[in-house]
Amino acid sequence: MIIPPSSPHIAGPNNVQTIMLWVLLALSPGTMLGIYQFGWPALFLFLITLASAVFFEGICLKIAGKPVFPYCMDFSALLTGWLLAMTLPPWAPWWIGVLGSFCAIVIGKQIFGGIGQNLFNPAMLARTILLVSFPLEMTTWIAPRPFGTPQSVDAETGWNITLNGIPNLDGVSSASVLGHVRTELGMGVQLPDILATMYNPLASALGTVSGSLGETSALLFLLGGTFLIVKKIITWHIPVAMLGTVAVLASVFHFIDPLHYGGPLFHLLNGGLMLGAFFIATDPVTSPVSSLGKFIFGAGCGLLLFIIRNWGGYPEGMAFAVLLMNAATPLIDHYIKPRIYGYPDSAIRRFFQKMKRG
Amino acid sequence: MNSYPIRGGVHPDERKFTSEITIRRVPTPKRLYIPLKQHIGAPAKPSRVPGEIILKGALLARAQGSVSASIHSPCSGYVEDIIDWAAPHPSGLPTKTMVVVNDGKEIHEDASVPVNPLFLRPEVIAERVGQSGIVGLGGATFPSAVKLTLGQGRLTPILIINGCECEPYLTCDDRLMQERTLDVVDGIRILAQALNGSETIIAIEKNKPEAIQLMREATKKIGNIKVMPVPTRYPMGSEKQLIEHITGRQVPSGKLSADIGVMLHNIATAYAVNRAVREGKPLITRIITVAGEAVEQPGNYEVPIGMLISDLLDFCGLKEQPARLIMGGPMMGQAIPHANIPLTKGCNGILALSAAELSQRSEHPCIRCASCVDACPMGLSPLSMASLLKRDKLDEAVDIGLKDCILCGACSFSCPSGIPLVHYFNYGKGEIVSRAQQQRKDDEIKQLIQERQVRMVRLEQEREEAMAKRKAEIAARKAAQAQQEHSTKAEAA
Repeated sequence: MIIPPSSPHIAGPNNVQTIMLWVLLALSPGTMLGIYQFGWPALFLFLITLASAVFFEGICLKIAGKPVFPYCMDFSALLTGWLLAMTLPPWAPWWIGVLGSFCAIVIGKQIFGGIGQNLFNPAMLARTILLVSFPLEMTTWIAPRPFGTPQSVDAETGWNITLNGIPNLDGVSSASVLGHVRTELGMGVQLPDILATMYNPLASALGTVSGSLGETSALLFLLGGTFLIVKKIITWHIPVAMLGTVAVLASVFHFIDPLHYGGPLFHLLNGGLMLGAFFIATDPVTSPVSSLGKFIFGAGCGLLLFIIRNWGGYPEGMAFAVLLMNAATPLIDHYIKPRIYGYPDSAIRRFFQKMKRG
Repeated sequence: MNSYPIRGGVHPDERKFTSEITIRRVPTPKRLYIPLKQHIGAPAKPSRVPGEIILKGALLARAQGSVSASIHSPCSGYVEDIIDWAAPHPSGLPTKTMVVVNDGKEIHEDASVPVNPLFLRPEVIAERVGQSGIVGLGGATFPSAVKLTLGQGRLTPILIINGCECEPYLTCDDRLMQERTLDVVDGIRILAQALNGSETIIAIEKNKPEAIQLMREATKKIGNIKVMPVPTRYPMGSEKQLIEHITGRQVPSGKLSADIGVMLHNIATAYAVNRAVREGKPLITRIITVAGEAVEQPGNYEVPIGMLISDLLDFCGLKEQPARLIMGGPMMGQAIPHANIPLTKGCNGILALSAAELSQRSEHPCIRCASCVDACPMGLSPLSMASLLKRDKLDEAVDIGLKDCILCGACSFSCPSGIPLVHYFNYGKGEIVSRAQQQRKDDEIKQLIQERQVRMVRLEQEREEAMAKRKAEIAARKAAQAQQEHSTKAEAA
């Protein structure tokens, strides 16, 4: 006998594929600007990372005996690869991209059981593995040299850079704002003096600074993220809580000690905060499900990011902050649940009742 | 008027294409298949035998037990048989059904009509509603008289009339309000009277401006009735959500709305109450929407209860073989396996949908996007409940609120992975019921065993006592005999 399908018989407009496509679309402007800034090597690395992410996804699905094509067409591996590429130094060698994709897809996602099962954000996990394993390659930044300008490299040179590394490293390397500030502060220079020589809020907002693809244009990622909120692909809770926490903390510390702590604008515009707040921390798989839970998660990310940036061992703490809060997500989901209709008590009280019952 | 926000909800495409089409009466077919259970509670008990001649409106089966509803004949003719026939349920499993043959003469049973129902005592109204076999016509099919009696037993200051009709496609309540406005309003007044004159609010979704306008005009001069337009959002027409929207209060989990002084009745129920109390006519027809791309003449039809869906679809015509037949709306309605199923009191729509209208998506893994959590009007976590049920952890699913799920389908509707969440919850709820039944059975068996043990011990004791008694008797008799013998010997000597 055929069992008739259960209600409801109609469905809303979204499916996993369209969600991923909207996110990719929202990421595009910032990405394109980044590639334009750093030229051919950035484009090659970007494409290699994406292609290898999809490749590893396909291999894993094949091994797991799952349908390869339909699952690859949900674009989740493409998005993971894309986000990873956004966090790599744009002139990094090809194997950084391939190894990163391997870490993200195989270790970060498929070992847990594939889409929806992973505990940690795959792209951030991969970036962290790369950062601690290859500190030199992962912290070699270059100054922007857009297509069409005299400093830009042609396709052939670009391909060689991606294939064999940067030939005359000292000639092109340039520290990122956060990295530079960290180094100089360590040498006892005061913040206003450091910033006076290299920091321009407008440049950081527009993205004409050195850094990874995702650390350049805060403004375009802010726009892309807002678009996702308007399209109801993500909710406002995580980005607002995260940016708000960083802004508040930065204001407080900047007010107390302006010689060592940057202001809110400095923190919001530099580094990967905008990309992280809208595109990485909001990864549904690794963030809480309830609105309040999301808010707490975002605030936690902001707090950890601020701590790592100011007192940690690295100039930028986006990946670490997100990974640590990923680990806290099951706990948050356990305690923070929406109140069920018709129950007077909060989730916490229900928890205690459950404990009492055993 | 104040209103309060409700949680969650979704905005399905309305597709109310039949809202402009006037209600048409469908001729009664040659045979009607009238199930004896068309309501929540015990099935009605047949009061006719096969072969008996009946009039239109005659009682066919009587309510039995505290929660039940009587069933009447929609035509004159005779009872052909009482058989097992496919029930209006996804399983299509058979249920006791009375087959009535229509003689086409439409001879009515005499009806006693009160002078003015608005002077009747509340108990009398409830009794008449009960005699007419009226159940909640919004789909819940809870016997209305039982509900009214429940409301009379306690203070029920607020009566809400549900004219939301938040399901896509369905327009039968909308048409009813537009075409039979005065009858509906009269039914509402009778219901209010049955609850000792409760303050009455008619809730209508804002996508029905004509109905709102007409109902407003018709109730303008009636002091305790107000029309309240409510936002168009699914599931606004769900009892708990509508009560919260209007009163700001939530029905406590496991309680009834009457417990917080609110009673909810559907527009179609109010109309049926008008017919029953004002004209003495039992519930033998209802208005349903027939829609879907496979239907040639979609619209609103007044159909006799017990008509086969296949007969109705013959009347409306089919353009193509429907990809799916649904009884009710597309959000909560049930897919039925074939059309040889009778229409019952609780059915408010028949949808013959084409493949293009359906969402036929394959199931993908959950990405924890929380769309379902945001959509759930009850504040549940559908993704967690479904994953627990998948692993057969029923108790844990109940702990996080499975029993509070109203099966509205907002979660499945919004799920981007196409996970049939409602399917899991239906299964879970069914499991709860069957486990409770099993538990009851086990308890009964246990009790029987215990009783038997006690009985056996008692019997054993009684036997021993009897034996002891008999021994004593025998001994006594022997002694007496011996004595007698002794004395006869002595006499002889």
